[in-house]
Amino acid sequence: MALLEMRDVHLTYSTAAGDVPAVRGVNLAVQAGEVLGVAGESGCGKSTLASTVLRLYPKSARVSGEVLLNGEDVLTMRWGRLRAARWSEAAVVFQGALHSLNPIQRIGKQLTEPILLHDPTATPKSASAKVRQLLDHVGLPTSYVDAYPHQLSGGQKQRVMIALALSCDPEVLVADEPTTALDVMVQAQILDLMSAVARELQMAVLFISHDLSVLGSTCDRVAVMYAGRIIEEGPARDVFDSPKHPYTRALSAAFPTIGDRASRYAPSGLPGDPPYPADLPSGCPFHPRCPDALPVCPTVDVKLRHAGPQREAACVLVGQPAAVE
Amino acid sequence: MSPASHVPATGEVTGVQALDNRAGSPAEAPVLDIADLRVSFRGRRGGVAKAVDGVNLSVNRGEIVALVGESGCGKTTLARTILGLQRPESGEVRYLGKALDYRRRALKAYRGEVQLVLQDPTGALNPRHTVYEAVAEGPRVHRMDDEPGRVARALSQAGLRPPERFFLTYPHELSGGQRQRVVIAGALALEPKVIIADEPVSSLDASIRGEILALLLKLRDDLGLSVLVVTHDLGLAWNIADRIAVMYLGRIVEVGTTEEVLQSPRHPYTRALLSVVPEIDQIEPVVLRGETPDPSRIPTGCRFHPRCPALADGTAAAHGIADDCVGSPLNVLPATGGHRAACWLAE
Repeated sequence: MALLEMRDVHLTYSTAAGDVPAVRGVNLAVQAGEVLGVAGESGCGKSTLASTVLRLYPKSARVSGEVLLNGEDVLTMRWGRLRAARWSEAAVVFQGALHSLNPIQRIGKQLTEPILLHDPTATPKSASAKVRQLLDHVGLPTSYVDAYPHQLSGGQKQRVMIALALSCDPEVLVADEPTTALDVMVQAQILDLMSAVARELQMAVLFISHDLSVLGSTCDRVAVMYAGRIIEEGPARDVFDSPKHPYTRALSAAFPTIGDRASRYAPSGLPGDPPYPADLPSGCPFHPRCPDALPVCPTVDVKLRHAGPQREAACVLVGQPAAVE
Repeated sequence: MSPASHVPATGEVTGVQALDNRAGSPAEAPVLDIADLRVSFRGRRGGVAKAVDGVNLSVNRGEIVALVGESGCGKTTLARTILGLQRPESGEVRYLGKALDYRRRALKAYRGEVQLVLQDPTGALNPRHTVYEAVAEGPRVHRMDDEPGRVARALSQAGLRPPERFFLTYPHELSGGQRQRVVIAGALALEPKVIIADEPVSSLDASIRGEILALLLKLRDDLGLSVLVVTHDLGLAWNIADRIAVMYLGRIVEVGTTEEVLQSPRHPYTRALLSVVPEIDQIEPVVLRGETPDPSRIPTGCRFHPRCPALADGTAAAHGIADDCVGSPLNVLPATGGHRAACWLAE
């Protein structure tokens, strides 16, 4: 059974200007020891999707579908049960991680707090031993328990955030853009660390990023989101190397292969902007920007189709017999 | 470990050398020429952080040069010094062959010709100013004529067409890509000769990134602009740069054409940077431990030696240079003269 499973999840924000459907029917499953990447542009709904795992969305949002943590639906949990599940069953490494640490508390204290809150058997002594073990696990010297956040570099703070997420031994980890503000080399270190931890502790990891190339090399599978839906899914390397959906193809081409003559002096982009969720184009929401759009595209709203072994894509061009070469 | 002194031997470095004829016009002097530049900051406890520790670099007319390195390597300090926002401790920034004049009036004129484009367009724009106001600010400060015409021209060069449609819009009404175009238009309104772009696309979405890079290429082709792009993104460099300078801990450790540096890198640091680019999977990733070390305690010998994979795996010892790596300082690379690396293995 999948540790994390989403079934037909919809989330609509109510705003003064009307309803904004941010997530429009997402299905996904993450197994133990598996890293699933979610890629997409800003505004595609990927962070909203992450917020459903721990029910972190605002009260005014309307949600339907099921978000199953180990078989139990988060969306219908009672408040006390949800509080217990947060952090000890599923934890989040947030996007603005560098600003998420309390600047006036020592690292050790911040790491001890969730352990003492969530584990009734924990004593200050056992918690402090656990903190040292966590720091060691994420590659930081244990002497950092006495450090303040400003004494650490960006990469080190991000490691502390990962240690914080691991502090209550969750089975599910959601990482929302965990490396966005970091340098290439530090990013590589953090990505290595996260995939090693996921495999070692047999966690299910949902890894959200706008950078498809990062996901392609770190995750087992990748789901690409556009306008609140998953429009392509498959094994990470395959999706990056041979994308089926025209949108994934554009995203993938935005990161050039060094040494590829075709991309030299020819940066590749995608004209236009992502649609505003409250005002989606008819039919396939990608059709106004799609380089391969057909006359039918503005009228058919394509669902995910089978697109090869373990692959799915939501495009009319996928899964049809190749009539012309 | 004591801080090493890095006084180069006399005659080792000269500012203007034989001109690089790979890009731009070989007959003229480089637009920007940085000669043996050093910038340091005094710490509270008497320590001295050598942020830029001997850099030679030139940018020719119509050339795009990428300055690549990790955070803390001094690339932003170098960019600030080029703009005259920071005085160098020694060395010179030469613009069109003349050393930078730090008197107020001269500096103001210089800043009209060398413009900065920053990373985060949302932070760079005043949310309460219209696009017109944002772009007109520079020409007003520099008391230039025909303000509306200039603004319209700059917006249209930056790809915001028809420009009049954008005059009265506010930043929040624009997408991230359009905001970055407004920032670029603000720079173009002064008709600069050089643009210094500090991570111009790193805060933008993947689909927009290509458009902004294509715009920089087009500006170079149409207006003959020179561009110095400060970035940690090697893919960006491959997309647009003519030449690449790799910076590590205050020094340029490898310089050459984009093809030379990215396809046959000579410095172990460049190789490590390339190996962690996610798109390249033929190479075994060399993930360096730790981050850029402290510029107030620059290692002796080769400044990269404590993290160098070639020293750690015995390659350096096999070549009989391990002692040099640890103990002998390397020469500062010249600004011109082809593909060079500051590494004892490449000597």
